Amino acid sequence: MGLPRGYDGVVLAVPVTVPYVRHSPRPAQWWVGQALAALARGAGLSHRDFDGLSVASFTLGPDTTIGLTQHFGLSPRYVDFLPLGGVSGIAALRRAARAVQAGDADVVACIAADANGPQSFRRSLEQFSRASQDAVYPYGAGGPNVSFALIAQAFMADAGLSRADVGRIAVAQRTNGALNPAALLRGPMTLDGYLGARPIAPPIHLFDCVMPCAGAEAFLVLREETARAQGLPFVRLTAAIERHNGFPDDQVMLRGGWVRDVGTLWSQAGVAPGAVDLVQTYDDYPFVCAMQLADLGFCDRRELPAFLAQRDLTVAGDLPHNTSGGQLSAGQAGCAGGFLGLVEAMRQLMRVAGTRQVARARRALVSGFGMIVFDRGLGSGAAVLEAA
Amino acid sequence: MTGAARPPANPLWRTRSPLLPPGARSRAAHLLTAAAARGVFELPCCTGCGRFAWPIPEACPDCLATVALSPAPRGARVIAATTAEVPADPYFRQRAPWRVGLVAMDCGPQALVHLDPGAGAGDAVRMTLVLDRAGQAVLHAGPEGGDMQADPQWREMTADPAGRRVLITDARHVAVLPLARALAGAGAAAIHLGVPEAWKPLPARAAFEALPGVRLVGLDVTSDRSVTDLAADLAGRVEIVVNTTDLPRPGGLMAPAAQGDARAMHDSVALGMLRLARAFGPAMAARGADGERGAVAWVNLLSVLARAHPPGWAGYAAAHAAGLSMAQALRADLASGGVRVVTVLTGPTEDDAFQTLDPPHVTGRAVADAILNALRRGLEEVVVGDVARDLVARLEKNPKAVERDLARGGLA
Repeated sequence: MGLPRGYDGVVLAVPVTVPYVRHSPRPAQWWVGQALAALARGAGLSHRDFDGLSVASFTLGPDTTIGLTQHFGLSPRYVDFLPLGGVSGIAALRRAARAVQAGDADVVACIAADANGPQSFRRSLEQFSRASQDAVYPYGAGGPNVSFALIAQAFMADAGLSRADVGRIAVAQRTNGALNPAALLRGPMTLDGYLGARPIAPPIHLFDCVMPCAGAEAFLVLREETARAQGLPFVRLTAAIERHNGFPDDQVMLRGGWVRDVGTLWSQAGVAPGAVDLVQTYDDYPFVCAMQLADLGFCDRRELPAFLAQRDLTVAGDLPHNTSGGQLSAGQAGCAGGFLGLVEAMRQLMRVAGTRQVARARRALVSGFGMIVFDRGLGSGAAVLEAA
Repeated sequence: MTGAARPPANPLWRTRSPLLPPGARSRAAHLLTAAAARGVFELPCCTGCGRFAWPIPEACPDCLATVALSPAPRGARVIAATTAEVPADPYFRQRAPWRVGLVAMDCGPQALVHLDPGAGAGDAVRMTLVLDRAGQAVLHAGPEGGDMQADPQWREMTADPAGRRVLITDARHVAVLPLARALAGAGAAAIHLGVPEAWKPLPARAAFEALPGVRLVGLDVTSDRSVTDLAADLAGRVEIVVNTTDLPRPGGLMAPAAQGDARAMHDSVALGMLRLARAFGPAMAARGADGERGAVAWVNLLSVLARAHPPGWAGYAAAHAAGLSMAQALRADLASGGVRVVTVLTGPTEDDAFQTLDPPHVTGRAVADAILNALRRGLEEVVVGDVARDLVARLEKNPKAVERDLARGGLA
């Protein structure tokens, strides 16, 4: 099997974050509207000029993207609905990229938005998936904490990772998050504070967990010539992979689907893992970041303890990682968590990241990880972006 | 272990409102409910390639053929274990910490399980399908050869009589003396035995009175007043009800006494259950989460003729069919408190009433053992005796053949 076609000429523009709030009475439709408005403002276009609309959301029901076209007065020739959680950003980007590359659309608005009322998170767990309903939620394991605790225990034992090793990731992210005025959690975190946090489902403790919130993330996907004609700053997409249920025969998740496609990713990008200036991984639990770093080629799984000890993951470090503080600091606004890394990588490469700007930011790796419906995260994805 | 193990209620404690674990399931998952209700270990298995699958799929993930339940080996190995300290669900949050494991089953797939605290990563465990307090099937895993009753999570899902107070509605049933003995031996805190028509002799009176914790009480289930009077005294102070009321009267529809007998049997078996349900049910349901030893179970002892109706026992079979029907309504009503309603279907017992029927007859001891076993394993559907098991098995295969056999005078 040869390499898939490249993403030549595909660019991303107008990184948008609709500021998160812990709880909000607003429905997902409101957050989508705010994101659309911000994309239009940022692009200097009417939202009616977007001829593609891709939406990722868990809380949009009973609507899907098509209902939103009338709701917001769009007439797109491309719609997509991708409630794929942590892999929704990479999936939205890959589909939109091919659509604009082929001319099926010129400007695709990719939006992830989710509502969060005081009790809506728990209620959403009950209906998250058929497998969860039948075989997870009845075990006191509703929500991802218990399922991820079981994976974490096996993964950390196999990789030789201690909680302190994994804690380095969380502490560095909070250092980064403190520089992000939009992050909901900006208080300083020490390794002792991380290790001493309240147990949730060991080895998962409080500071391994993201805080559910409401919010939206968005960006535009278009062809380079369209962006130039509109005078928009942009970043290039140079590689992207996606895989679902990558290793169905593994008894427990010690690796994700990235392992199957990592060769394609770096071949398509034309560089090695070491040639990226910053990395955004999907961080619902820091140990999952470690899994992504290993699976995406930075080191072998069993070298992770040494790798994490040697590398500085802060914005000023030698491997800036989750430079916005990630979901662990910013909050997890449902599917927006799957867009967060992409939007942050765009800001870094466009040099609009403010006080958390990484000094040398030419090339970024962004990975997505989504949807634990039973015993493992199913979706894996990654993309390489380059500054214009 | 003997009775009187129950500490006095602390008047400062509030009775917890019953919460239930998440009860929503796919339709397919209720195949497992049926297996757990009977206490058998059957898992989804492909009818094409024979591979087991979990959770239950609509088609085999290996070959896309149809999936049905199949008996499965009960061994498994724990891959990882954790303790949910802060579960999202209110039922589990109230009962946290809750032990959960990921196991690799000997039959193939992985599963999340309620894990015995004595088992950890790498351990060999034995799996059980059990009904949880929502009445839905879940997987439990405990150490090979371990004492499941020592696992608080297992006890939460089952109905061990230890430390609990029991009402048995009719002491004259042949199963009640061995049942009272078994319950006393299992550590029941009190055993209230209903005695209808107290003026009639009760041959086993001395044997009953010799058992620890046993108290004989007047109870006539055909009398509204008798039932409500006893409920006023006991409804909030029993955790298990065993309805043994019966009134066996043979005879077909054309028998001279058929009408009067049928009315009397309905009044005892079906309407008696109704009266008991109305008087004791609300308090039982409300006390489903009343501490470690809250209300847990209501057993209805019924004849298998509730399901297979020999014309020579027309009125009796009809009364028990009505009782079985009401038992299902009672099950739904008590479900709000997580109180399990157990149906025990028995074949003809060894007492005088059934002597016209061919043996084998079920001993009172066998019925008593079946009831205690059902309580300790959390079963919901129990069939006792060879005749009853044979009838139920034949009904599953071909109900019309059973009807014709019974019409020709056959019962076993």
